[in-house]
Order: sequence, then C-alpha cells, then structure tokens
Amino acid sequence: MIRFDHVFKQYPNGREALHDVSFEVKAGEFVFLTGRSGAGKSSVLKLLTLIERPTRGTVTVNGQETSDLPARAIPAYRRRLGIVFQDHQLLMDRPVYDNVALPLVVSDTRFRDIDKRVRAALDQVGLTGKERVSPAELSIGEQQRIGIARAVVARPTVLIADEPTGNLDHGLAREVMNLFRRFQDVGVTVLIATHDMALVREFAQREILIDEGRVFSATPPAPGSGVAA
Amino acid sequence: MISPGTYFSRHAQALLSAFGRLIRQPLGTVLTIFVIAIALALPSTLWLLVKNARIAAGDVTDSIELSVFFKTDVPLAKAEQLAEAARQRPGVEEATLISADEALEEFRQYSGFGAALDALQGNPLPHVITLRPDVAYANPQGVESLKRYLSAWPEVETVQFDGEWVRRLTAILDLLRNVFAVFAIVLGVGVLAVVGNAIRLEIRARRSEIEVTKLVGGTNAFVRRPFLYEGVIFGLLGGAAAVGIVSLAVASLIEPVGRLASLYGGRYALVGIEPLEALVLISGGTLLGVLGAWLGAARLIARIEARG
Repeated sequence: MIRFDHVFKQYPNGREALHDVSFEVKAGEFVFLTGRSGAGKSSVLKLLTLIERPTRGTVTVNGQETSDLPARAIPAYRRRLGIVFQDHQLLMDRPVYDNVALPLVVSDTRFRDIDKRVRAALDQVGLTGKERVSPAELSIGEQQRIGIARAVVARPTVLIADEPTGNLDHGLAREVMNLFRRFQDVGVTVLIATHDMALVREFAQREILIDEGRVFSATPPAPGSGVAA
Repeated sequence: MISPGTYFSRHAQALLSAFGRLIRQPLGTVLTIFVIAIALALPSTLWLLVKNARIAAGDVTDSIELSVFFKTDVPLAKAEQLAEAARQRPGVEEATLISADEALEEFRQYSGFGAALDALQGNPLPHVITLRPDVAYANPQGVESLKRYLSAWPEVETVQFDGEWVRRLTAILDLLRNVFAVFAIVLGVGVLAVVGNAIRLEIRARRSEIEVTKLVGGTNAFVRRPFLYEGVIFGLLGGAAAVGIVSLAVASLIEPVGRLASLYGGRYALVGIEPLEALVLISGGTLLGVLGAWLGAARLIARIEARG
C-alpha cells in the first residue's frame, strides 16, 4: 500500500514541486499517476524511491513510514520496490541476464535462485533466449522489457514505473501495459506515472491527476479493489 | 542472513569484476602499477642501502680498540691483575696486556730506532692493555662508557680511542635511516594518492552504473567492493613489481661493489632483498592499495545518489 499524507516538497532552488499532496493506493491496485510534464509526477516517484525526502508530510509504503528512514535502511527498502524507468537505465556493457539479475545480486540471493528467477522474469516479459545478448543489440521495446524484468525479478510488492511507454509506439506501449496488468493480477501494487492519456483511457484504471504539484483528482480506491493490505 | 558460500561467491565475483575492469584498460592499469612500483621501490632501495651500510660498518666496528696506558711505575703483576679485571667487565670482548718489555721489543723491531733505544738507561714505555669492546659496546656510547670506567683506575695514565669516525659513521647511518623513514612515509602517501585517484576516475566513469545499482537496493559496501579489490590488485602487483625492480637493481650492483671492495683489499657481497622483506613490501603495497582505494571510493560512492 502507498499513502501520501499532506506531503510538501520544496527543492533547494525554492521550487515547490508538491503542495499538500494526499492520496492512497491500496495493496494490489493498479493506478495511473497522470499530469503534464513538470506537474509533479516525478517528484512523487522520487519520494517513493527515497531519491528525495518530503519537506513536510509523510509517505508510507507497505506500512512503513519512509520520511525519516535512516540512510542505511534505504537499500533494504528499495529492494522491496520494483522500479521501471522511461530511459530503461540499463547497463549497456552487461548482457541482458546480468541486467535482470542485478537486484538479486545486490540482495545476496544464492546463485541457483538467481538463475531460476532471472529465467522466469525473462520468460514473463518474452525475452527467453536473449540472456547473453547485449541490451544495445535489442530494440527499444525489448530494452524496456529488460527494465521491467529487472523490476519484477526480486518479486516486489510495489511496482513503480516512470513514463514506461514514453519512447514506445502505441502497439508496444499496450504490450508493456498488459505486462503491468499481469503483475497486478498476481497481487503486485502498480503505480504508473504517465502523460499518455490515450493509454490511460484504454486501460481504464484508477487515475490520480497531478497539476502544478497539487492533486486535482484522486478518486478513492473502489471498495474491494486491490487486495487487503 | 547471507550464507558463507554466497558471501565468498560475491567476493570472488567482485574480484573477477575488478580484474575484468583492469584488463579492459591495460595501459592505464600498467601505468598505475608502474608508478606504485617505483614509489615502493625507492624507499626499499634506500632501506637496502642502510642495511648494507650497517653490515659494512659492523665489519669495521669489529676492529674498534681502546689502548689503556698505565703509569710507568705500575708493576707488571698489577697490570696483569687489572687486565684480568678488564676482561671481567661487561662490554669487553677481549683485553690483551702488552708489557712494557714486549712493547719496547716490538718498537725496536719495527721502528728502526734499535740503536737509539740501546742508548736509553731504562724502558720508558708503560704497560698497555689493548681492549676490544663486544658488539653491544661497539658504538660511541659504549666506548665512552668503557673509557670512563678505565680512566677512573688510579694506575692508568691515559685511555686512547680514536672514535670520532665511529660517531660520524653512526650519525650518517642514523641520518640515512631517518631519510628512509621520511621517504617511506612520503612515497606511501604518494601510493595512496595514486590508487585513490585511479579509483576515483573509475568511479566517475561508472557513475550511471552505480546509480542504477543503488536504485535497485545496492548498498555502499556492495558498490565499493570491486573498487577495493582494484586497490588490492594495484597494490599487490605494484609491490611485486617493486620487489622485481629492487632485485634487478641489487643484481646489477653486486659485481661493481665487489670489485670496489677488492680494490680496498676486502671482500664484500651486497645483500639483496630477503624473502621476508619481499613479503613485507608486497603486503605493504597491498595494504596501501586497499587503503588508497577506500579513501578514493568511500565518500565519493556515498555521495553518488540515484537521480531517477
């Protein structure tokens, strides 16, 4: 579950990115975070991934209040999240396998478990057989799927994606969204920041609209949506 | 809780990764190792110089002697008794009594003034003890202490010791030892700086990889690990190369030093780097390597944060 309670975020240059933002995403829910560029979507994701801390207010993820989490606890916290980036953030000098295995390697998972889980994750995103290929040799859509496989390989409870379809054509974007839906189906909480309104309408999930750092429309989770937290 | 197998596998992986990175940039790696080797070889060479000088000086100090001249009216029996007392004194390796008669005979034989000596009424020479200090006293302080002890005997006229050169030699060796210490410290700091700088450059080049690793939950320790192994490799190979350089330098000097010693009628074999010293040099290099890597990596890696 994700909960923002009266969150303010002001950057050192004085720009206020979020102003009194409150919303909730229930466990197992699939939610779009929408708004135009610069509206504050990225700031929400940065607070969730602890790249930034709120100036005021509290952010709670899976029951854990993250605002004052000590720096040494951040790696363990991040291992419970799956993060997908618009620009993939892949290690281009490593094969697909190593990219996907990274979250497991940093969490000291046993080698045989890593192998099993990496192959399963690659299978889920349709990249079986590409283990030894360099990401640079793959298409943009395939690179995004590597990013998704990396995000889900450690079986996170929350999956956060920042404009995951930003560089993809509509067909590929739908494919990627369907992948996210499949993760939601197995109980993963999915929060996707996007400004692709056509896709949002097509997938008809709950939407939190942010503009100028304020939440303009956040319908509460429908009763029975998601799974019990 | 991480299992020992996984723990060692992770370290082996970090080590292999560090090797891989260094092999991928051979010129930079070789140059860094070469600079470390030179920085370690310089104080090591000075150390060997001091060591060899001490050994050579040790040979010379073996011949340090004090001459104890008795007053001319001291009877031979008393001189013999005092020579025996001198032998019992701690710090005395050997004490030989030369009686006045023996001294005169010797002087007659070697001086060429035999006829002139015959003209003398009696023997003007005193009994003399020639005394050689043991190893512990074969130094300026030891000799001075013996000299004070012997001079205090009422039967003794004077105690002679030409010890100025021993003082100078010891002072030079002490100075060299201090120069070695200064060199070792300065060049040790140099090794830290070289390794630290190489690691910092490497970290800056891999900034985005570090950001991604942290974003998926990698700790600072995890990110730091391969860089520390790079430091270990730099230091280890730099130390080994330093041993090679010093050994080559010694090997090239053995023959000329032997030739020089033979010109002075002596035999001297230059002492090279011993296995234990080589081990200390390689271990020291490794320690400096890992310390330099730590200094270069720790704060920089902690400061790198994912940008998202």
